[in-house]
Amino acid sequence: MEGCLRKDEGCPQLLDLIPKNTEWLVQRDEQRRSGSSEEKKLELRLGPPGEDSRERNESPLSLGYFSNKVSMTHTNNSGTKRGFIDTIDRKILNNNGGQTQNPVETALSSPWPSSFSQGKAPQCLPVMGKESSQPCCTKGVLDAKQKAFSPPSVNTAVPNSSQKRAALASASTAPAPVVGWPPIRSFRKNLASSSSAKMPPESQNVVPDKVASEKPVGGCRKGMFVKINMDGVPIGRKVDLKAYDSYEKLSYAVDELFRGLLAVQRDSSAVGIQNKQEEEKVITGLLDGSGEYTLVYEDNEGDRMLVGDVPWHMFVSTVKRLRVLKSSELSMLCLGSKQDKISLDAALK
Amino acid sequence: MNYFPEEVLEHVFDFLTSHRDRNAVSLVCKSWYMVEKFSRDSVFIGNCYAISPERLIERFPRFRSLTLKGKPHFADFNLVPNDWGGFVYPWIEAMAISGVNLEELKLKRMVVSDESLDLLSRSFVNFKSLILVSCEGFTTDGLAAIASNCRFLRELDLQENEVEDHKGQWLSCFPDSCTSLVSLNFACLKGEVNLASLERLVARCCNLKSLSLNHGVPLDALQKILVQAPQLVDLGIGSYVHDPDSETYHKLKCAIQKCTSIRSLSGFLDVAPPCLPAVYQICLNVTSLNLSYAPGIHGTELIKLIQHCRKLQRLWILDCIGDKGLGVVASTCKELQELRVFPSYVFGVGRAAVTEEGLVAISAGCPKLHSLLYFCHQMTNAALIAVAKNCPNFYRFRLCILDPTKPDPVTMEPLDEGFGAIVQSSKSLRRLSLSGLLTDRVFLYIGMYAEQLEMLSIAFAGDSDKGMLYVLNGCKKLKKLEIRDSPFGNGALLTDVGKYEAMRSLWMSSCEVTLEGCKTLAKKMPRLNVEIINEKQQLEASPPDDRQKVEKMYLYRTLVGPRRDAPDFVWTL
Repeated sequence: MEGCLRKDEGCPQLLDLIPKNTEWLVQRDEQRRSGSSEEKKLELRLGPPGEDSRERNESPLSLGYFSNKVSMTHTNNSGTKRGFIDTIDRKILNNNGGQTQNPVETALSSPWPSSFSQGKAPQCLPVMGKESSQPCCTKGVLDAKQKAFSPPSVNTAVPNSSQKRAALASASTAPAPVVGWPPIRSFRKNLASSSSAKMPPESQNVVPDKVASEKPVGGCRKGMFVKINMDGVPIGRKVDLKAYDSYEKLSYAVDELFRGLLAVQRDSSAVGIQNKQEEEKVITGLLDGSGEYTLVYEDNEGDRMLVGDVPWHMFVSTVKRLRVLKSSELSMLCLGSKQDKISLDAALK
Repeated sequence: MNYFPEEVLEHVFDFLTSHRDRNAVSLVCKSWYMVEKFSRDSVFIGNCYAISPERLIERFPRFRSLTLKGKPHFADFNLVPNDWGGFVYPWIEAMAISGVNLEELKLKRMVVSDESLDLLSRSFVNFKSLILVSCEGFTTDGLAAIASNCRFLRELDLQENEVEDHKGQWLSCFPDSCTSLVSLNFACLKGEVNLASLERLVARCCNLKSLSLNHGVPLDALQKILVQAPQLVDLGIGSYVHDPDSETYHKLKCAIQKCTSIRSLSGFLDVAPPCLPAVYQICLNVTSLNLSYAPGIHGTELIKLIQHCRKLQRLWILDCIGDKGLGVVASTCKELQELRVFPSYVFGVGRAAVTEEGLVAISAGCPKLHSLLYFCHQMTNAALIAVAKNCPNFYRFRLCILDPTKPDPVTMEPLDEGFGAIVQSSKSLRRLSLSGLLTDRVFLYIGMYAEQLEMLSIAFAGDSDKGMLYVLNGCKKLKKLEIRDSPFGNGALLTDVGKYEAMRSLWMSSCEVTLEGCKTLAKKMPRLNVEIINEKQQLEASPPDDRQKVEKMYLYRTLVGPRRDAPDFVWTL
């Protein structure tokens, strides 16, 4: 065991992870050859899937290793994440004349449970199946690999840890509550829970991408949420007026809330296809009439009013809901008059 | 070599500040040993139970500065019951009795009582510096004693301690004659302090360089304090909430602009984002920024703040910064050396979180990065390999995936290759924490490549004893190994028992180690304390079965045998 752990000896293919222009381990010619082309590919690119497919044609990975979808994401990330596995694959390909062992089958017996929502092929570790067929390493390492990668069920003494791991793996995307995990100092947790008690109610264990958009206030004030709708955007939002202390901040917040949504609306109405890279136009001039849109509100008497006339605190005490109107429409409407309120409501709804 | 008079030797040794160098010097010959012994000024004890205070004093009679660490690291995460130990009182008592001229005391993860603080404050006339990190057991009464009695106090630094507030005005206990304070940090205290006393204290301590306030100090008090202390280098802001149109805020802006020496900023425990622009000016020169307790700063406000921090070397942040925010950090903070990203879900805020993308962006933009703590939702091998390539200088690499056994979400593989790349690339790696789906292979890599590794944290990883053995055999400089919920058992534990005397400590919880294995080890190695923590077992009448698995085992080398202050649930075998 000691012998093969020294890196100057021949422990070949395990560590062909890093480009050869450093002094890292390179043991075999095949790897060297594939290594130099891998240098470029080791650059991690995070573009949309399918981009680099032409460069990846020689990779055995796309040959039905997983489902097509997953292999497309492979091409996205070039050779990097494969590393060792990549070169093993190539070797098999070279040696077996194109026959790639289907790792999926060999991995089927693995008891690794999973929650992987991609859920195409069995979500086990095909790594295990593949490597046990490798004859190329020094003996000690081979032993290690064989033992390491035999299915854990062989290792009889594992009920507790693997049960826990099973529980964890089969949990939903939110982390399962395990004592002491994640490893955050209790001081930090305690401080956090005492300060979040003052914030607007939100689930403590919330998965981030499901969270509501409200900004929590840094302090112990109760939130004051009012509806806000925007012309051209069918879905309204809510803003916490207590989070702001001036019209400028509110205007800024309105821009933040609706900019993205507005861009989506424009885009989908024009072309019908959504593209994330669509330019989002900043919404400005809400308060002085100079912009494409103007901010108005409905007060506690039911009247539509232009935002910005009264001091902020007075505004906050009378506002009931907000509206972002197209400035061009403003001139057509008579604001603050009850007679027109009905037609106004009809027009704005 | 004995031709030098001792004074010369001592003078030469003065230049040796590292403990390792000094330890090496003591081994050369008897006369060097003696000279070094009497000139050793500062002592570091990584495990307070490895040695007794009496033996310490006998070995280094003239030390003036002591650092002590108590509970095992996993105590931070509630894995160690409260009364486990780590009491500082016996140390203070022994030093007081022996007339040690103690000037500096730094404690980490220890139990500090008010009595200890009181005794400390009265026993050492020249006492200058008290630093408490992650300690507990004291109240503001203990702080009052320190404030009242330590006439030459220069430093009182409280970091993340659990302190009971007794509303006793401890800060007002600093006498009017106290003008020596250089560093005062009470950000972790929950209670109020007397603001007038605080302002007066700051006013008369002209050498004050570091000040960290708690949330009880409002913005208007901050403004007055900054007027008195424009020389501050390190500022921890407590409450930062005010009307940005007010006179007070305007005054604050002026005061801050005069604080041209501030290089380190932290706190913002309560914050109104509209007030942030006042600090943009100082951000331009800030090298250390800790916003990990400021969930109120996020989104565009956070980005704007960071965009001013071009000289940043150290950043502690919450994960609500998101991958995009980390991209901004990567393009702004080219001098970044240390990054810590903490989870914000504990604040109930989780709007965004970080993934491997953020980390890759940072590694690409900040090649000087050498210390990382990263809580994230997922990680890929590809990302880790890229990070390893971009940043080959890590000495500390701690990754925490919130779901601890999560594989690479793209390939569904374990993260062995990714971590393998990290240890292979960062040759001076001293500390490593693993997470994600990991097999024995990652330990093979660690054993092979992590030659400088001193501390390794393992959770929910590995397949068999081989994993642990790779590490024990391969990492020659390993000092601390902590393992939880991993399938390592007696085989791994007992293969090389001598190794543990070369290490500071080993923690294994929820592993496969049995009582029998631990007993065997304890028998073979008398200079180890093998402690079993079995909270449930207390209640059972019958003696435990040797074949039962041990819930928590903590073993450490020691020169003084089993400790006498162990509670009932701790058995030293």
